[in-house]
Amino acid sequence: MSATLPLPLPAAAAPAQPSRSYWTVVWRQLRRDPMAMASAAVLLLIVGAAVFAPWLAPADPYKASMIKRLLPIGSPGFLLGTDELGRDLLSRLMHGGRLSLLMGVVPVLAAFGIGTTIGLLAGYVGGRVNMAIMRVLDIFYAFPSVLLAVAISGALGPGMSNSLIALTLVFVPQVVRVAESVTTQVRQLDYIEAARMSGAGAFSIIRTHVLGNVLGPVFVYATGLLSVSMILASGLSFLGLGVKPPEPEWGLMLNTLRSAIYSNPWVAALPGVLIFVTSIAFNLLADSVRSAMDIRK
Amino acid sequence: MNAALAPTPAPHDMGGPAQPLLIVRDLKKHFPVRSSPLDRERKFVHAVDGVNFSVPKGKTLGIVGESGCGKSTTARLVARLMPADAGELIFDGEGVEEFRGLRLKEFRRNLQMVFQDSFASLNPRLTIAETIAYGPRVHGIARADHQARELLDRVGLDPSHFAGRYPHELSGGQRQRVNIARALAFDPRLVILDEAVAALDKSVQAQVLNLLQELKAERQLTYLFISHDLHVVHYLSDYVMVMYLGQVIESGPVERIYGHPAHPYTRALLSAVPSMDPEHRTQASPLAGDPPNPINPPSGCRFRDRCPHAHAVCASATPALRDMGRHSEHLAACHLNDPASGHPEAHQEQRP
Amino acid sequence: MSAPLVSIQDLTVQFHGARRASALNQVSLELGQGEVLGLLGESGSGKSVTLRTLLRLHPERHTRTAGRIRVDGQDVLALRGRELDRYRGGTVSMVFQEPGLAFDPVYTIGQQISEAVRVHEGVDQATAAARALAMLERVQIPQARRRFDAYPHELSGGMRQRAMIALALACKPKLLLADEPTTALDATVQIQILLLLRELQRETGMSVIFVTHDIGAAVEVADRIAVMYAGRIVEQGPVGQLVHQPCHPYTRGLLAATVGHEHRGRPLEAIPGSPPDLAALPPGCSFAPRCSHASERCHRDIPPLEQQGARTLACWHPVRLLGEAA
Repeated sequence: MSATLPLPLPAAAAPAQPSRSYWTVVWRQLRRDPMAMASAAVLLLIVGAAVFAPWLAPADPYKASMIKRLLPIGSPGFLLGTDELGRDLLSRLMHGGRLSLLMGVVPVLAAFGIGTTIGLLAGYVGGRVNMAIMRVLDIFYAFPSVLLAVAISGALGPGMSNSLIALTLVFVPQVVRVAESVTTQVRQLDYIEAARMSGAGAFSIIRTHVLGNVLGPVFVYATGLLSVSMILASGLSFLGLGVKPPEPEWGLMLNTLRSAIYSNPWVAALPGVLIFVTSIAFNLLADSVRSAMDIRK
Repeated sequence: MNAALAPTPAPHDMGGPAQPLLIVRDLKKHFPVRSSPLDRERKFVHAVDGVNFSVPKGKTLGIVGESGCGKSTTARLVARLMPADAGELIFDGEGVEEFRGLRLKEFRRNLQMVFQDSFASLNPRLTIAETIAYGPRVHGIARADHQARELLDRVGLDPSHFAGRYPHELSGGQRQRVNIARALAFDPRLVILDEAVAALDKSVQAQVLNLLQELKAERQLTYLFISHDLHVVHYLSDYVMVMYLGQVIESGPVERIYGHPAHPYTRALLSAVPSMDPEHRTQASPLAGDPPNPINPPSGCRFRDRCPHAHAVCASATPALRDMGRHSEHLAACHLNDPASGHPEAHQEQRP
Repeated sequence: MSAPLVSIQDLTVQFHGARRASALNQVSLELGQGEVLGLLGESGSGKSVTLRTLLRLHPERHTRTAGRIRVDGQDVLALRGRELDRYRGGTVSMVFQEPGLAFDPVYTIGQQISEAVRVHEGVDQATAAARALAMLERVQIPQARRRFDAYPHELSGGMRQRAMIALALACKPKLLLADEPTTALDATVQIQILLLLRELQRETGMSVIFVTHDIGAAVEVADRIAVMYAGRIVEQGPVGQLVHQPCHPYTRGLLAATVGHEHRGRPLEAIPGSPPDLAALPPGCSFAPRCSHASERCHRDIPPLEQQGARTLACWHPVRLLGEAA
């Protein structure tokens, strides 16, 4: 027997293909998932319609007409009817998507950034720091998120930027909790110990070994929050705490249209349907991303 | 087992060949058990309770024992992955306790570890080459990437094929080779192998054991080999230390331990290995029951609950590690080996 | 020999997930009444898949199964509904590697065993409890009455595995499937469980299929050993013959790679390489890429499993000629 070990690799165990990056694999998984693709298509349509609303919308969303109030769906010139002030509903829904989606995305993004930082810190340092951070956050947890959003928003005063702040504050503790628990798990894994054995500093270990493995799960969790954020934002607007009329926004539209719920229920329900469809699409997509990101199969 | 301990100020090597590479003295670690936050009385798991040993340069010390005996905790304490409650580590004549900051970093490079779970010990987001080069790069070594490829080649993984791969694309044996390569990246002097081959399939385990033996000879490595597999420990080790409930109960050269075990627990452990001969199957189990819970170890000798030779003296007096001959390096902690202990069977159990 | 208790013919199992993996290829096995078969193999060899297929535990949506399994006169792959329930736990039961995961943590050990007896045999609560207690005593759990009321987490690993065996045997199965039952245990506990299984088998006369990667454990309990590699049986024979005169290069390699005291100071005879990817098996013998005896034929054609005396073997170039002993 020779002293050195010959290692003829079986052809099967090492397919001769270039190594693929993690995200390529995830993307390939995702592309094969019909549910993910359908949700993505719906979202793309809604986001596209909102972004390009000024060019695509058939009418001016602010132009009211007293004689054309509450026209039903399919009326000539008004594909989706008109609202209680005679404004074209299709145009208002398209324009409204801009604010609604913004209100859905911005607080989640902000909370993702802030929450991950705090969570990483709490999880990696552990001990008393962790205890202190997590107990403070537990106070926020004691209130239902709707109530908390309303309370903070009310305290800050109505207005869009205040709603954004309120929603961010609602989501931060939730993101922190996920980031903290994932970090605590990752921190105990052997590759962190191995990195410590190499004499690397805490900052280097967090950057190279912890962050990459924590961001994924937290990101997926945050994606799930998008729909919650949209619904909460709509709720704030509905209560008069968020966007002010006559700005088009789905929650606010639902509020103002509620008087028409008996005379023209289909038209009145449309903003709600959009909120529902968008949040479902976000959720389904998040689910698919979650399973695609688990590439060990 | 004892050597001159004058701390030598030389930065690299040499308390001389006679100086053990690692001396561990009276190492202790107790983990608090949280029963309830209102419970005033605190309980402790006596994970490691006064462990002494030394590893000569270029040798392999095998640590064996069942789950809960403290062998893995010992490894982590030596690696300084967790602080010890008490005890002293002397690395090549220098006390590790005084190491701070840069010195600690330096010390860590001398001592590397390979873990049992080949998957959990690799960052799933880094390629194999990145993982191996990470440590050296942190220390600002310029040729880190080049060196990583050389190491891959050395552990039997073709760098052109494997360098850019991710851990989940490798088999268990290949991943463990990567872990070994990473441990070698600093040219360490002591490598702690914590159940490093336990999770591997038999056919692959043999490959990795061969690789470890070659590397040891090539790089003058010293191994601390922790395992529950007595066959593998026998194959790889020069010295063996048997632990039970956080204490060393027997230690010595491998032929002595396997040939003339002096502690009833060691004897039981050795005869619990399945026979490989269908005509001579094991007829009776050497021990009854499971390893006890390390939260409340029994008084006196901790093995007495399961020991076929237990006697009143075993409960009242804790047996000390005694040399089984004159400077034989074979130590055992059992009253049976001490005629002065007062154990009625002691005289019959004297060594041949 | 009377009709075998278990007869598996050309069993092929494929999994369809993101990739298609051939977990079992044309596996044929027979097991007589009261016989103990050790199914030996490494990870991915198909030994656990064989057991799970015997109990029909694989999700049908992602599994394609072909071939025939007959156990005690029943066509296992055709069982449906109530028949399947009666078969599982009644005719056949299983002991798992992790007894901690196989018990429900919110019920006591005693409750779970009596429940199994009650469901399968339709007896009343008191009879079932008495049977459960008797079973716990039978598997030599000390202070069985106290352990009867213990929750799974209150037992040590060895006790839990004994309780698991009690549960599996409570309904007097004709066939016991043991899936690495001692792998997670410490050496001193492992030998106790092996001895217990051997003793219970002798008392009840049941048949056992014992899956393991540890030759030593198989030798302790089995009458016959079947060695699996990459979803195929490569060699099968009486335990003595197989251990002393392995014919398949893989069996031989496995035995040589099992470290013993005689190996000290010498390099081990390791089998090079690693097991093949089940999604891309080589066209010929699956072991050929790692085999030192492999010829062109081995890489091209799959060797058939042929009966040679008491042993069956699938190899074009056996290590030792079988005739030479005669």
